[in-house]
Amino acid sequence: MKAEYTITVYTENHIGLLNRIAIMFSRRKINIESLNTSPSEVNGIHRFTIVVNETEEVVRKIVSQIEKQVEVLKAFYNTDNEIVWQELALYKVPTDEIAEKVKVERLLREYGARAVVIRKDYTIFEATGHREETEKLLEVLAPYGLIEFVRSARVAILKASSGFHDKLMELEMEANIESI
Amino acid sequence: MSLAKNDTVLQESTVEYDTQLSGSSAVLEAFLAEGVDTIFGYPGGAIMPIYDALYDYQDKLQHILVRHEQGGIHAAQGYARTSGKVGVVFATSGPGATNLVTGLADAMIDSTPLVCITGQVFSHLLGTDAFQETDVINITTPVTKWNYQVTDANEIPEVLAKAFYIAESGRPGPVLIDITKNAQLQKFDYKRYTKCKHIRSYRPKPIVRKEYVEAAAQLINEAKKPFVLFGQGIILGKAENEFKTFIEKGGLPAACTLLGLSALPTEHPLHVGMLGMHGNYGPNVLTNECDVLIAIGMRFDDRVTGLLSKYAKQAKIVHLDIDPSEINKNVKADVGVWGDCKDTLPLLTSLINENVHTAWIQKFYDYRQQEIDAVITNELHPKGDKMTMGEVIHQLNELTHGNAIVVTDVGQHQMVTCRYAKFNDTKSNITSGGLGTMGFALPAAIGAKFGALHRTVVAVIGDGGFQMTLQELGTIMQNDIDVKILILNNQFLGMVRQWQELFHERRYSFTDIKSPDYIMLAKSYGIAAQKVEARENLVAALATMLQHKGSFLLEVMVGRENNVFPMVPQGCSVSEIRLR
Repeated sequence: MKAEYTITVYTENHIGLLNRIAIMFSRRKINIESLNTSPSEVNGIHRFTIVVNETEEVVRKIVSQIEKQVEVLKAFYNTDNEIVWQELALYKVPTDEIAEKVKVERLLREYGARAVVIRKDYTIFEATGHREETEKLLEVLAPYGLIEFVRSARVAILKASSGFHDKLMELEMEANIESI
Repeated sequence: MSLAKNDTVLQESTVEYDTQLSGSSAVLEAFLAEGVDTIFGYPGGAIMPIYDALYDYQDKLQHILVRHEQGGIHAAQGYARTSGKVGVVFATSGPGATNLVTGLADAMIDSTPLVCITGQVFSHLLGTDAFQETDVINITTPVTKWNYQVTDANEIPEVLAKAFYIAESGRPGPVLIDITKNAQLQKFDYKRYTKCKHIRSYRPKPIVRKEYVEAAAQLINEAKKPFVLFGQGIILGKAENEFKTFIEKGGLPAACTLLGLSALPTEHPLHVGMLGMHGNYGPNVLTNECDVLIAIGMRFDDRVTGLLSKYAKQAKIVHLDIDPSEINKNVKADVGVWGDCKDTLPLLTSLINENVHTAWIQKFYDYRQQEIDAVITNELHPKGDKMTMGEVIHQLNELTHGNAIVVTDVGQHQMVTCRYAKFNDTKSNITSGGLGTMGFALPAAIGAKFGALHRTVVAVIGDGGFQMTLQELGTIMQNDIDVKILILNNQFLGMVRQWQELFHERRYSFTDIKSPDYIMLAKSYGIAAQKVEARENLVAALATMLQHKGSFLLEVMVGRENNVFPMVPQGCSVSEIRLR
């Protein structure tokens, strides 16, 4: 049964690694719903957050293939229950519409959106939340002359994780263990 | 204590320099430090600085000029497979690099350690569609274990050290290093070359978990009908002796994959044959009858398993592999033992009981007899006029006594050779397994010879595959390479024709292939050659070939429409293997 899985990959920060990871999905005709790369809690180590809609079997196999890559330190996958995640969305709306229509302002407040830029011609709001939340705001704003919309990839943090510092120490230690 | 030891290790593996060195020379210094003796390559514009530096290293590094970069990389594969060392290739940018792709894919799927160096345009020209510029890194990413583009000479020692370490450690594979021309020319302060021993993001060998070894031993000890499948992992892990001790202690019948051939002498009483689509009858049928299946250093390729949903469903599966992603990939393991079989096999051996499974092994022998009666006798001792591929291989065995390295191409002759060739020693069967690359054998045999100079190398090739890379006869000519070329000519692309006969109502669509006069061709390269059309001349011709000093081409005309049997038809279970 297909479900939404969030794959987390800790990697070295090297050119070409994004491609190496991305082609592992395309080779298997797996659609990437969302992909984010960012620094991690450890200096110099990158963190990929990849969302796919697949069966656990498929996800398990691709994660073990990803972890096999030389420059990947660690890869694992989680269900939505095991993570806390957010996406960020930006909405550009005509300023006069907002000024004139009290309802719009109320809507934005209701969805926890805040203005990041206010100009005479347009205002840009940002909202963070789950896909459904930012999606819903998009729907309700549509009748009011939405000019532009963009949404970021998912970023996710594990509920049960003590971070990567300890794991990295372990990996770096192995060099010494072998030579002793 | 540990520090002192560390220092020693460091000194042994470093070359001290205190001078300015070009990036090109640094590449060659890295080769020397890594113990490289032979390079297969082809020069071109973007790799000229490295070739220029090589001019001064000719007394230390042997360079074999091939006739096509694909030939170069297949030669390096052959070299790596017979020597157990890393194969090294040079190619220029653009077409030189793209010509490597088939060999990279082949080495990737067959886990062959290679370091390929490609020249690249000057770094300021990257992305400008410069002459002979191609995006080699992105083209080769899916077919390399690791690749990297060097644009600054200072990176070269460290990158090359990583390249060799990654290529040969863990599950081996091909590495490609693309070096821009400016980096090759650039002079830099060369300190020393330090061999790479650890990369924090890379774990070549998973940590062996004792509890899984114990669980595996328990299953083996409880088994009434255990069956071992072994693959190239035994050879790559240099664990032939450990493997033999293991099966002998447990009295375990063992069958090999195509690439596992020669890891155990063919004549060993526990060697019950080859698995797979054209493997032996018993091993295929009894896969679906054993109670514990112990797979070692193999990856359950679809040509081995046939229909997965009917594969060994009755058995408990024990899977030993160095690559954790192989365990539970195709066949779900009841016990997965991660680790290098060089480490895990002795542990497992110490925990299993001494045993003999006489009645169970007899079943393999009984099936073998059925196969002999239905297939093998007709193939090795045919009554018809036309020669069979099997009888040629049988006669070859008689003359080499199983001591030769046998290199095969892809197709019917490959299956027949792998079925019937006798191997006494490890690293003796060189073939393109996973990728099935026609044109592999001739260049691979060249490399195989350099990897094992004291051994006889026989390349068995079909008339189709030979025509794909026959330009490498030039390499044999120029370097006086003692390779015996045995062309089994059935005037067809035989394997495809066999499928057309069996599954496409004999609609022989473009499988009828004509050959040039191979004898004249060989002679034009100064290679001795002979053609055999009648059985009575076969043995003498084979003997002439083997006794000849230097390279020799022997063309044997075999029956046009012979089929390779047994056969597990595609989409069928291994136990539905057909004898005819």
